[in-house]
Amino acid sequence: MEPIIQVEHLCKSFEAKGGTVEAARDICFSIEKGDIFGIIGLSGAGKSTLVRCLNLLERPTSGTVRVHGKNLTELSEKDLRKERRKIGMIFQHFNLLMQRTALDNICFPMEIAGIRKKEARKKAMEYLEIVGLEDRALSYPAQLSGGQKQRVAIARVLASDPDILLCDEATSALDPQTTRAILGLLKEINQKYGITIVVITHEMSVVQEICNKVAVLDEGVLAETGTVEELFRSPKTEAARKLIFSGRNQIQEMKGKHLIRVTFENKSSFEPVIGNLVLEYRTPVNILYADTKNINGQAEGEMILQLPEDRDIAEKMIVYLKNIHMGVEVLSADAGY
Amino acid sequence: MLDTDTIMMLVEGTRDTLYMTLMSTLFGYVLGLPMGIILTVTDKDGIRPNAAVYKVLDVIVNILRSVPFLILLILVMPFTKAVVGKTYGSTATIVPLVIAAAPFIARMVESSLKEVDPGVIEAAVSMGAGTGTVIWKVMLAEARTSLLVGVTIAIGTILGYSAMAGTVGGGGLGDIAIQYGYYRYETEIMIVTVVVLVVLVQILQSIGMMVSRKLDKRK
Repeated sequence: MEPIIQVEHLCKSFEAKGGTVEAARDICFSIEKGDIFGIIGLSGAGKSTLVRCLNLLERPTSGTVRVHGKNLTELSEKDLRKERRKIGMIFQHFNLLMQRTALDNICFPMEIAGIRKKEARKKAMEYLEIVGLEDRALSYPAQLSGGQKQRVAIARVLASDPDILLCDEATSALDPQTTRAILGLLKEINQKYGITIVVITHEMSVVQEICNKVAVLDEGVLAETGTVEELFRSPKTEAARKLIFSGRNQIQEMKGKHLIRVTFENKSSFEPVIGNLVLEYRTPVNILYADTKNINGQAEGEMILQLPEDRDIAEKMIVYLKNIHMGVEVLSADAGY
Repeated sequence: MLDTDTIMMLVEGTRDTLYMTLMSTLFGYVLGLPMGIILTVTDKDGIRPNAAVYKVLDVIVNILRSVPFLILLILVMPFTKAVVGKTYGSTATIVPLVIAAAPFIARMVESSLKEVDPGVIEAAVSMGAGTGTVIWKVMLAEARTSLLVGVTIAIGTILGYSAMAGTVGGGGLGDIAIQYGYYRYETEIMIVTVVVLVVLVQILQSIGMMVSRKLDKRK
């Protein structure tokens, strides 16, 4: 099947005061229909620029962006506007029209599409019900909370009946509870309406919560792409590791040699893996960190272990863990983890 | 001192002043609003950046704004004659008033439109809105409060200019103040005229502010 979004050799540079800034360098990836695709990176990694290249709010310096097989960079202004109607976008700061009620905000894309006012209003009410805000139809954005504003923005996006929804840090201005609710709503939209979702975020937790695939962006370069499980189990790049470890301050205090990161699936957690390991080699290991995370509804566990000083035993232990299908990654002590 | 004739004269003066002010504001916006929109849209951060158009308009606006109104009034007399047929009276005064007000209005419109959150404009573009839709339904609609405050300020300023036009036979309250108060030393008539002007400005200002507050849904 043809991917719904296909990005090839995309480059974007800006002229800034200090010279040319390369916000995206030779980026290639594709997104399949129905995916919830995460693009994660630290701030300044070029995520926002990249997502804006997907609907050509930013025109790429070079490279192509294909949506439904159509190369957007070659479309006329008019055709591009038509394509954009099929690509919804929500933003960190919601970007609602402040002088319009929630209902009229949702009517806006339908006005653009030339739908009659009466019909638009009727549909807008339905979309408000989907996001659970039917009682706030006549409220102005200033009277709504952040989470409610984002719900209105989502309803507004649904009103243009899109195939794709781009989310630019859509939950970054919200508290954790509201974030979870909005992410839940996005997931529901993905499943119910089959809308492909692209999520731009700097938070690994957002990716873990809803994405099935993820691309790691680091200083304008695509560091790695894959499924969320793959990234979590065996991050291949420094950038990915940093993102996985972000928000875990205690790691920085873990000094010493022979640190490994062990990841395991739900079913393995029933076996006393560490106990067996210690019994097998008659040498204690030090558990520095342990946690389970919910990734796409599956519990994934991770642990940071300090293996014995003896290199021989340490290496044997790694082989042992790998043999019982644990994800094992050796962390270098000087890497700052 | 305030006999029927004087009162009639003041009433007529007030009528002429209002006529000049409101007509000039109207035509000032007919010219100034599109200019302000073009300045915003063609600026380098605008939705249709165009350095050449922006620069030309920018310079024209600046030149027109630098000419003192009294000089402008005299400079454009030949043009006024061509348009209205005469160079005195309230209708004739509208011509220089519009020329003076339009660039000033253009700047106020520009600054109002630039207050609109760029994110909201981006959202509209992402929905497939064209330039016209963005200008009409996003920029002008979102900036309406600020634009109305601008109208109120413009009316006040044009009212002041119209009084100045009285010195060259422009008619209206300014004319009366100069003719009676200044040339004939009838201080009382001058004071009454000034009071009427103050009251007019107050009323127009209050109406403008009230309407713009009513229309503001951002709070």
